[in-house]
Parts: sequence; C-alpha cells; structure tokens
Amino acid sequence: MKAARKVLGVPLPACWLAPRTALPAAVLVVLGLVPVYAAATGDPFALTLFGRIEILAMAALSLNLIMGYGGMASFGHAAYLGIGGYAVGILWKEGIGSGFVQWPVAIAVSALFALVVGALSLRTRGVYFIMITLAFAQMVYYVAQGLDRYGGDDGMTIGSRSSFAGLVNLNNAAQLYYLCFALLLASLFLVSRLVNSRFGLVIEGTRSNERRMRAIGVSPFRYKLVCFVIAGALCGLAGALLANHTNFISPAMMYWTRSGDLMVMVILGGLGSLFGPVLGTVTYLLLEEALSRVTEYPGLFIGPALLLVAIFMHGGIEGLFGARRRD
Amino acid sequence: MLYFIEQCLNGVQLGMLLFLLAAGLTLIFGIMDLVNLAHGSLYMLGAYFAATFAAFTDSFVLGALLALVATAICGMVLEVIAIRPLYGRPHLDHVLGTFGLLLFFNELVRLVWGPAGMTLSLPSAMLTAVQIIPGLYYPLYRLVIILVALAVAALLYVVVMRTRLGMLIRAGASNREMVGALGVNIKLLYTLVFGLGATLAGFAGLMQAPILTVQIGMGENILILAFVVIIIGGIGSIRGAFVAAVIVGLIDTLGRAFLPDVLHSVLSVNAAMTLAPAISSMSIYMLMAAVLVVRPEGLFPAASR
Repeated sequence: MKAARKVLGVPLPACWLAPRTALPAAVLVVLGLVPVYAAATGDPFALTLFGRIEILAMAALSLNLIMGYGGMASFGHAAYLGIGGYAVGILWKEGIGSGFVQWPVAIAVSALFALVVGALSLRTRGVYFIMITLAFAQMVYYVAQGLDRYGGDDGMTIGSRSSFAGLVNLNNAAQLYYLCFALLLASLFLVSRLVNSRFGLVIEGTRSNERRMRAIGVSPFRYKLVCFVIAGALCGLAGALLANHTNFISPAMMYWTRSGDLMVMVILGGLGSLFGPVLGTVTYLLLEEALSRVTEYPGLFIGPALLLVAIFMHGGIEGLFGARRRD
Repeated sequence: MLYFIEQCLNGVQLGMLLFLLAAGLTLIFGIMDLVNLAHGSLYMLGAYFAATFAAFTDSFVLGALLALVATAICGMVLEVIAIRPLYGRPHLDHVLGTFGLLLFFNELVRLVWGPAGMTLSLPSAMLTAVQIIPGLYYPLYRLVIILVALAVAALLYVVVMRTRLGMLIRAGASNREMVGALGVNIKLLYTLVFGLGATLAGFAGLMQAPILTVQIGMGENILILAFVVIIIGGIGSIRGAFVAAVIVGLIDTLGRAFLPDVLHSVLSVNAAMTLAPAISSMSIYMLMAAVLVVRPEGLFPAASR
C-alpha cells in the first residue's frame, strides 16, 4: 500500500485541493508575496500591516495550542507578548542590542512566567481558569506600569532593533518581514508536530476526558503544564518580534482587552484547528483595517460581527470547511 | 488615625460601587451561566445617560432616575436580541460575543456622545463635607454613595431572600433545569435578572460619574475588578459578592494610601515610589489568585454548585 502523502508531518486528505487545504495554502502564498507587492508599488504600509498580522498570528497559534487543543482557556495571553517585548526593550536600554541575547531571554522569561502561572492556575477549571490567568496578566500589566525607568505608563521607544551580527538586518523592512514569515511557518510546523505526536494525543485526550486519561495511567498535569510553557515561550518570541516591528513597548500591549483580541482571533478562526488561528488573525485585522478606511466607527460593525460569529458559526471560519468543533 | 479612617471610608465606598456592579454580574453568571464582558458597558451607559438626562432636566435626581430606567430598558432589549442565543453555549462563545458587544458599545457611545468625556455635576447641596467624628470632615456625596448602596444591598437582600421572584432567582442559581421543569417561565426570569443586573451596573456608573469623568472605556477596568470580586466571593453568591467587594475596595484603597509609606520604611524613596503603585494594584489580583489556589469555589460558594 502506498504511504499517504504528508505535508508538515500531517497526512494529506484524499483530495488535497479541498477548500480546507487550498485556503491555508493560498493565504500563505499571499503572505509570502507581500514584500514583492510592496516593492512593486512602493507601498511600505502593506509590509507593516501584514508583518503585524504574522506576528499576532504566531501569538494566536500559541494560544490555540493551549485553548483549542488543550482546553486551557487563557485570558491573559497578551502578558507573554508584553514580557517578550519588554525583554527586548529592557535589554536594549541596558546596552545589550544583540538579538542572540535578547530573543533567548524573551523566550526564557516567558517560559518561566508560564511555568509559575501554569503551576498555580492548572489546579482550577473552566471559568476559574479564565479568571486566574487574567489575574496574572493584570499583575504583569501593573508591574510594567510601575517600571519608570522603562517608560512606566507611557511606554518606551526602542532606539534600535535587535542586531544579529550581519546574519539578518531587521532594519531592512523586507528582511524583518521575511523573518516574521519564516517564524510563523516554523510555529505552524512546531504546533502541527506537537499535536500529532503522542504528547498531543495526551493533551487532546485530557481536554475531552481528564479522568479517563488518569485511568489509563497518564498524569495529565505535567503534560498540560509543559504545553502551557511551550505556548508561553512561543508567544514570548512573538512579543520579541512585535517589539522589533513597532520599535515600541508599553503596558497597553498587555491590557486585558489585548488578551481578549487574541482570544477572538483564535475562536474566530476555529478552536483546535491547526490553521484556524492564522485565518482568524488575518480576517480580524484585515476587517479592522478595511472598516477603518471606510468608516470612522469600525467597532459598530466588528462588534455585531463577532456576536453573529459566536451565535451562528460553530467552529469559526475553519468550521465552515467541516473541521470538527472542539469545546 | 483620622486619615486612616478617611481612607477606610473611601475603601468602603469603592467596595459599595464594586458590589453594585458585581451583584448583577454574579447573578447573571450564577443563574444564566453567562460570562458577560459587556457588563461594564452598561455601567458606562448608566453614567452617560445620567449626564445627558441631568443636563436635560436640570436635576441630578431626576436625571439619575431616568438613567436607571433607560439602562434597565437597554439591558432587557440587549438580553432579548443578543444575549439569549448565547445561553447554553460554551463559555468561549460568550467571551467572543460579549467582547463584540463591548467593542460595539464603546463605538456607539463615541458616535452618539463624541470622543470627549462628559461631566456630571452634583447639586450644590451635595458639595459640602460633613463632620462624622470630631476633626474628620468627609465629603457628603461619598457618604451618600455608601448609604444608598447599603440601602440597595438591603433591598436586594429582601428581594432575593423574601420574595417569590427572589425564590425563583435562588432556585435558578442552584438548579436551572429543575426550575424550568416546574413550569416557571425561565425566559422571562432570565430577561428580568439581566435587566436587574443592568440597572445595578448603570446605578454604579451614575453614582461614580460625578467623582470621575464620564468617558469611553470607563467600564473596562472596573469590570475586571468586579470579576475579581465575584470569583473571590463565589460565583452566584450575593452575600459573597458583598463581602468580597468590601475586602477588595479596602485593600485597593488602603494599599494606594499607605503602601508608599510602609515600603519607604524599608526601602529607598525612589524604590518605594516605583514599587508601591505596582504592588497595590497587584494586591487584589494576588488575593484572588491565592483564594483560587486555596478555595477554588470562592469564599461563599453558592449552594450545590
């Protein structure tokens, strides 16, 4: 028997040109061609907008890993974006401009924070989990507000982007963009390998029935904690990218509504589907951008749209293509 | 010592406002199992309505009463149109839908009232300070907030514990399906409870309006505080919400007032000035995290949940 063709380690469905696979492919191709478009039209704004989309898509991917696959609905995920960003900003301020230091620190501190938050929060369930993760994110928000040396409430402009010893030059907009793109692809690969491994099976099994997982001899807590830490680290990396993308850090990037935005992106795209968060981020941010060009009040349309999605579109955008709903 | 008493009163006053907001939130959460992120929007609407009607009628009291009616109607219309389809859905759908409502209301207020904030001025009789104990003068209006909120709390207690409606509300909080099976019009009950919650939120908003400015997004920060209150107090428990609201109000206010001096005694001035605001803002979240770790159901868990 012929082995099934695989992409990113995932067996392709019988008809690989089905909408479910064609759409992600098309989105990735478009994302990959944005710098070409920007160079052709001389419109640098496209790079800024889509770079931001890619970075937040990474954050949404990491949130989906815990919320969609693991059933751990974190309402404080923007904290990791902030921690990653502040790691870059603080190290820059203290005279360490090398990305080889900044980025690993961003990842490590985010992972460490996720370890502490996870160890305490994973004792709780459901809405309590949502609220305790929110509480920890608010704490980080207030800590950042208190950091007067690093801008306090107003935030701080970062004078220079992370340097990578000539390997990549982040001051070149196209190179920064392609770095974001490459890291987004790498994150997709990482998440797909994770959820299709034995580890991923345990995580998903725990979401649907933790008691049964215990009964067959698995200790779910450790798996969930590791999953939580991986997601935190990944989102911390996205935060380091975001700080380089905007050259600016402020407590506002971790305010609870930012965490809400990330949740919206994931649920909009489709919980627990590999590509859903990317679709959700692209849709949400492009919709926001398009509406703010035609109306002064984009929220009047985005708000009801989200409500309608919540009421009628079970499973988000991915749900339209027959992905199963994971609650 | 007088300063300490004054700060305690401020803390209680904040706690009373939090209670008004949290009581509705905990009822909605406890009975309809709905995570309502748009609750802060009703708080904001109450404040905007009051500012508008007060300017229109030239009377603070009349404006406030009209605002309460308007917020209640808004809440019930909102429940019928937007909230009802969300019952029984996963919590994450509630988050998505009510987050959308929050964005909508912020934008709607910007459209109707403009981006600049509004002010709600008090009647001149309220602008005095009264001497509560020798040497301590306290603003009359803040005292009125405390007393009125206490009266509302008492009224709410009577309604919930002593009336038929309250019996249904309590029954709904402990076993929704059974209440429906016994022939109670559960849809109407839900609409009424949501309207009650909206009115309480609007009341909190309009009471706070003269102290702070009326502005877009004013409900977002305090909404999270109200969630902290209901988690600490135990979801669905009004008594828990009351106790937790006073605790949270006191900790928040006293932390802000005294932590700088306390830290100063062990740290340098600069370090104390930097750390104190952060720590006092964080303290209530630390309390909530601690409560959740030790008593995941809150201090006063509603029966049988």
